[in-house]
Amino acid sequence: MAQVKLNAVRKTYPNGFEAVKPASFDITDGEFVVLVGPSGCGKSTMLRMIAGLEDISEGELYIGETVVNNVDPADRDIAMVFQNYALYPHMTVRKNIGYGLKNRKIPSTEIDAKVAEAANMLNLNDYLDRKPSQLSGGQRQRVAMGRAIVRDPALFLFDEPLSNLDAKLRNQMRIEIKALQRRLGVTAVYVTHDQVEAMTMADRIIVMNGGVIEQIGTPSEVYHSPASTFVASFMGAPPMNLFDGHANGTEVHVGETPLHRHTHQGKVTVGIRPEDIVPDVTGPLAINVNIIEELGAHRLLHGHTADQAVTIHVAKDFPAVTGPMTASLKPDAVSLFDSETGHRL
Amino acid sequence: MKRAGFSDRWLPVLFLLPQLTIIFIFFYWPAAHALRSSFFLQDPFGFGETFVGMKNYTMLLDSASYMRAAWFTVIFTSLVTFLSLSIALLLAVKADKVIRGAKTYRTLLMWVYAVAPPVAGVIGLVLFDQSWGPLRDFVALFGWDFRLGVNYFDTAFTLVVMSVWKQLPVNFIFFLSGLQSIPRSVREAALIDNRSAAGRFWDVTFPLLAPTGFFLLIINITYSLFDTFGIFDTQFKGEPGNNPMTLVYKVYLDGFRGNDLGGSSAQSVILMVLVLALTIFQFRMVERRIHYT
Repeated sequence: MAQVKLNAVRKTYPNGFEAVKPASFDITDGEFVVLVGPSGCGKSTMLRMIAGLEDISEGELYIGETVVNNVDPADRDIAMVFQNYALYPHMTVRKNIGYGLKNRKIPSTEIDAKVAEAANMLNLNDYLDRKPSQLSGGQRQRVAMGRAIVRDPALFLFDEPLSNLDAKLRNQMRIEIKALQRRLGVTAVYVTHDQVEAMTMADRIIVMNGGVIEQIGTPSEVYHSPASTFVASFMGAPPMNLFDGHANGTEVHVGETPLHRHTHQGKVTVGIRPEDIVPDVTGPLAINVNIIEELGAHRLLHGHTADQAVTIHVAKDFPAVTGPMTASLKPDAVSLFDSETGHRL
Repeated sequence: MKRAGFSDRWLPVLFLLPQLTIIFIFFYWPAAHALRSSFFLQDPFGFGETFVGMKNYTMLLDSASYMRAAWFTVIFTSLVTFLSLSIALLLAVKADKVIRGAKTYRTLLMWVYAVAPPVAGVIGLVLFDQSWGPLRDFVALFGWDFRLGVNYFDTAFTLVVMSVWKQLPVNFIFFLSGLQSIPRSVREAALIDNRSAAGRFWDVTFPLLAPTGFFLLIINITYSLFDTFGIFDTQFKGEPGNNPMTLVYKVYLDGFRGNDLGGSSAQSVILMVLVLALTIFQFRMVERRIHYT
């Protein structure tokens, strides 16, 4: 159990590329933090710096109370689960799980007990004497988890552990990992590019883009009050609608329609979640629907308002047709962003 | 599964014919000839032959010089195989860690591969020459009076050094590519699991290199037994004397220098059996070898 603290941690490569711009944040004891962002955003580099697989160019990294910048990965009291599981192909499941313990000079009876306990927890009892090549993807994933939990680490690190699994298994493992982390109470840092994983698993989400932290917040904060247009469009499927709008000091307009009261003046970007636009025959927003996406539990209407693309999320019992319709907004639905910088106003 | 096949029965035979002809002319026919000759005492000038049964073989087993060559072959093969494998592995592990100028190092290490065995032998002669060899002068500084071609041990030493040197690049290339095919994440997982670099090497890297290593073991044994002929030949061209020699060189020496074709044939039959055994052993091991995914 430990808290993690990053103080202006930065990563530059010899060719001058800055993969992670100076980043500072704290992770409290037992927290599940998800680093999310598109590929190349620096999230994996950040995780690898925490693990010690990548050197930290500048800044300090604390695990617990100590600076661990120059501590070997094996001495950081961490456990890591890799995207392709990184199991030792020549060792049985039992040896894979116990390898880290063996190197810590733990008596073999104790290792056996811990391996058995982990195998029980992960339903791996029948597979302990198999090699990784004889296991399915989900089972390998479990072995990788087992290898992490037997070490009883201060910190779990996950590097896109579910990316190689099919969609169904991914949903199941998502819940299992979250439940396991809760039960063990170990601090965890989890890297993913999948915003659904981020939303469902995280206590707090760190959204990264281009080596910069865009926002740190609970899933609800990140979803409902995105700090930038990047976060607004990255989190949520379908993403937040972003309109070019104009503010006159009292009201914000999209096209001719006043949508929001705000004291800002000039051009703004107006963000509205698809589910915050409600079909309403007396509503102010005129929309022309082109395409209806049927998703079973609900429908997505894609169309235009004031010549700008819009997506609306409607209930399955709403009689959707293509063509013109009107809609209104839920209260507090509007997020305003600076049209130049993309930052939230 | 449906197997692709030929509708005409003679077409595949036709395709195989060139290869089969070559194998027959250059392997089966001479091998059969050697087997037959090994039971005869041949006239050196080809004026006839006398059937002697197993006498050629029994004479070999009683021959001190043959047993000496056999022992030398065993020691020579073990030394060359062990040294060229372990040094190449060490070089590959170190080269794998080099990041700057990696290509230059690798090219430099592979260069020797282009040197033909007889040339390697000549280089050895030059380096260890009695009167002006730089390496002879170097070891003389430590009080080693090096006599190439005169002292049995010193000659054997040169042969081993040159044979190992010549074989290093091949082993190096295979070990390096073997190392690079180990997934990075597996090595990183080991980095978190084990703080000792030596421990990580023996527990994770080495076992994952085992398939490459086994393949190279066979290649190196064959090399030491047969392909070192050129090095031996240049070392004592014309003056074999009591110099160390391998069984393969002795086949040539007794047959073509000593004109004892029957005895030489018996020797090559023994070598054929040896290679056969080695091949069976290899196939057995390859079958049993675990395939990692």
